[in-house]
This record gives sequence, C-alpha cells and structure tokens, in this order.
Amino acid sequence: MSNPVSASSYWIGYKTIVIKEVMRILRIWAQTLLPPAITMTLYFVIFGQLIGARIGEMGGMDYMQFIVPGLIMLSVITNSYGNITSSFFGAKFGRHVEELLVSPLPPILILAGYVTGAVFRALVVGVLVFIVAAFFSDFSIHSWPVTLSIVVLTAIVFALAGFINATFAQKFDDISIIPTFVLQPMTYLGGVFFSVDLLPGIWETIAMANPILYMVNGFRYGMLGVSDVPVSAAFGIILVFVAVLGTVCVTLLKRGTGLRT
Amino acid sequence: MHALEVRNLKKTYKNGVVALKGIDLTVEEGDFFALLGPNGAGKSTLIGIISSLVNASSGETRVFGISVQNDRSRAMAEIGLVPQEVNFNQFEKPFDIIVNQAGYYGVPRRIARTRAEKYLRQLQLWDKAFKPSRTLSGGMKRRLLIARAMVHEPRLLILDEPTAGVDIEIRRSMWAFIEGINRDGTTVILTTHYLEEAENLCRNIAIIDSGQIVENTTVKALLGKLDIETFVLDLSAPIEKAPQVEGMWIEMRDSTTMLASLPKSRNLNALFKMLEDEDIEVKSMRNKVNRLEELFLRLVEKQAEQSA
Repeated sequence: MSNPVSASSYWIGYKTIVIKEVMRILRIWAQTLLPPAITMTLYFVIFGQLIGARIGEMGGMDYMQFIVPGLIMLSVITNSYGNITSSFFGAKFGRHVEELLVSPLPPILILAGYVTGAVFRALVVGVLVFIVAAFFSDFSIHSWPVTLSIVVLTAIVFALAGFINATFAQKFDDISIIPTFVLQPMTYLGGVFFSVDLLPGIWETIAMANPILYMVNGFRYGMLGVSDVPVSAAFGIILVFVAVLGTVCVTLLKRGTGLRT
Repeated sequence: MHALEVRNLKKTYKNGVVALKGIDLTVEEGDFFALLGPNGAGKSTLIGIISSLVNASSGETRVFGISVQNDRSRAMAEIGLVPQEVNFNQFEKPFDIIVNQAGYYGVPRRIARTRAEKYLRQLQLWDKAFKPSRTLSGGMKRRLLIARAMVHEPRLLILDEPTAGVDIEIRRSMWAFIEGINRDGTTVILTTHYLEEAENLCRNIAIIDSGQIVENTTVKALLGKLDIETFVLDLSAPIEKAPQVEGMWIEMRDSTTMLASLPKSRNLNALFKMLEDEDIEVKSMRNKVNRLEELFLRLVEKQAEQSA
C-alpha cells in the first residue's frame, strides 16, 4: 500500500524536528542555557550596578532599567542565531541532514522545525536573563503584546539569518565569522547600552540604518514604554526581514544549495 | 507496475564530470534488483537522483509512477534508503534515530516506537538500542542504517553497498533479513561489490559503467552467457605444481585447493582422468560461486575497449 503524505503526516514531521531540537537544547543545557545567564549577570553587575551608578539616567530612566531590554535582546539575538547555525551546520557536517532531505518533508517545514527550535532556545534564555534582571532592577512591563511579539519576531529573523549562514558554511569557521564580525558589533551599536540621542550628527544617522536598533528599541518600548524610534517602524522592519529572509531560506532549501549535489 | 522507471537520465556535475549519459532503467514491483558497476561508474549518482539527494541535469525518474522531480514528497514516501556511508547522528541513540526518522515520514510516535523495537530486534540491535550509536561496531552501524530505512515501511528499499566491510556472519544475517523483506513484497535495489551477493540474492541485474547501462537482464540469462565454468577442488594431500590438461586452465589457490576452468562444451572426464594419472586424490568439489565476477570484468573490459 502506498505511504500517505498528508497534512497530519507533515505535522508529525514538523513536530519531530521541534522535539529533537528542544531535547538537544535541554540535554546540553550547560552549553546552551547556562552561559548566557552567567554572562548577562556579569553585564548587570559591571555595567548596571558598578558603572551604571556613575552614569545616572539614560533615556529618562535609571541606567540599569535602560539596559535590561537591550541585554535581553542581545541574548535572544545571539542564541537564536547561534542555535540554528550550530545545529543545522552540525547536521550538514555530520551528513545526518540527509535523513531530512530524503524524507517527504517539504523544505518550508524543515525550515520551520529548525526555526522553532532556535526561537525556543532564544525565549528560554530571554526568560532566564529577565529573571536575573529582576534581581538587579525594579521594572514592570509596559505592553505585553508588544514585548512578546517583538521578541518572538526578532528571534525568527535571526534564526532565518543563521539558517542561511549554515546553508552556505563549508567549515565551522564559517559559522563564527558573521556572529563575531557582523552580528556582535551591530548589536552593541544597536542601542543596547545607550540612547541614539547621545550620538553626534552623522553617527546618529548611521546608527538609524542599523536594523537591530529598531528591534532593541521596539522591545524597550514594550518593556519600559520608551523608544528612540517609532514602534510601527520597528514592527515594519522586522516583518520585512522575516519575509525576505524566509523567502531566501525556502528558495535555498528547494534548490538544495549547499545540501544537494 | 514499475517500482522504478528511469528515462534518459543525465547528470553532469559543476566540475564538468559527466556521471550519467542518458540512462534508461526499469525495475518491476517486487523485484530483487542488482545494480553493479566499478567505482565511479555512476551508481551512487543514480541512487542520489532517485532519492533526491542529487539533482538530475535532465531526464525523468518515477517511483511507483510518481515523479521524483515533480512530486518529490509523495515519491520519497515510497523509498527507504540505506546509504553507502554512515550518516546518522553518532551522538544519538539507535532507538531515537529510528523513531525520529519515522517521524519525518509522518509515522505517529506510538507506532514508531513499536516499529523501532521490531526492526532493532530483527537486526539483532535491541541490546544496543539505548547506547550512544558511536559505540556501535561497523557492522552494527550498517544494520542500524537498514533498520532506519525500514521504519516507515517503504515499498522500495535501496541499499547502496550495505555489506561493505561487514564480516561474513553478519553479512549472511543481513542477507536473510533483506530476503525476508523482499518476500514480504518490498522491491529491493542493491548495489554491491560482492558479486556473489548479487548472484545469490538478485533476480535481475543491470551493469553500469562510465555512466551508461552496459547490460540489463536477468541474473540467470547473464550467467547463461558464461561459456566457461570454474570448479574448486579440495585435495586430500598438498601438491607443488598445478598439472596441465589441454583445453583447461588449472591453477592452485594454495597447495590443497585447485581451480579448474573449462569450457561448458567439454566434459569433466578428462579432468578426472588426469587427476587419477597424477595420483591426486580429490576430497570434495564445488562450483566457484562468484561466476558473475568473470562476466562483470569481461563486460567492463569490453566497454573500456569500445570507449578507447
């Protein structure tokens, strides 16, 4: 009898990738969840309490409060990106990605499975950093819908970007170049530690071209109700990135770029 | 119905290597089919295209009438692939590898677990089911690949050199398993370097060389073309030199094992007369099993001469 291919079989396939990814993240929690929590605790202690006390106010609020959303987003971005590059490139390197490539699963579901795994890790890390932040600062959430939608969409954007990186990567060095030389500088300059109002003339204009600035500020608006940019612009930019990167990922998977011969 | 239908399949790699030069091939449902060829002949490329790991340059591939190129998902649901090289995550446990693979094919987890146990038991791997797969021996890893390929119960099982580097005992248990699968109705396509394997297991055979099919027939018909037969004689006592008989080719494999090749038109009396004259006592005698090897080499050599 013919093996059926239906919506329910696709759903089982998608769920299988997600479960596998989540189990992997939880199994190696000391590599995936613990380090960002420790790093962010150090950030809060050094930048928030020690240096922040001398800085005073930023964007009309206590400096510690100001950096909390930025540091959560910093963790979300790096963990979302890092999870998918290591997991998907690892599968490619070890050739067990072939298990998926010879299966009936359509490319979009393979992508969705890996992206869901990356978003899961980003959110767990985000919650851990949020809990750590609560020990250092008092804050209440200004808008839960904005906070949650911005954090989830941002995690999706960087999961998609990481997927593209993993697709083209030939060796492990290739998955560390972009996080080190592109992602980290853009995130640090994306308004995590400062308000763009502090930047002089041309640098403010350059900073405004950094998409991460919109994501950080959109999230900061959701948490604290303040932002250097309109929240609608943040949503607009994030959604455009999701659409463009998502299309690129599906096209690459359909063509088999970097995967099929 | 054809389990596999390949029409004018061509593949040229980016570096200019022409792997397939327009292959036509048909495998009937329920068949046990051998695909033979020397290294670099195009076997793995052909299997790669059938299993969608390699994109064809042109031509068409159908699995049970479903186009691999146009309806990939439905076609892939019918195929189970045992690749030449181990390609599972060696940090995972065999049981998890199989259950996950079943999931990718839409098999519900409860059923997947039952099947994982069934196939791991059948392939004598159940005691290793929950150990990291990197600790398995080479033969165990190969059996795990077979269990993984079977978990969604495909109608077409493709095995790319499944017994390479596996000891004879395990090889025989793998043969028995695959024969059982075929008896139950699964079409099997096997590539192998052990020609004895193809001769013993398969009904039909295609020989591929330099990207072309040079022979496609039944194993029986192919063996019928062989006009020379080789016998293996086990001697009671060692001899130093192979005796000579006109019209026969006699050589010693070792001091007590003689190989005698003679045309089918000749009877064996001359051979036995010579043995008696030379006072050579024969303990036992049998046909040399890998007759196909001779044919295979002859076909490949012929193809090489034509290409030159």
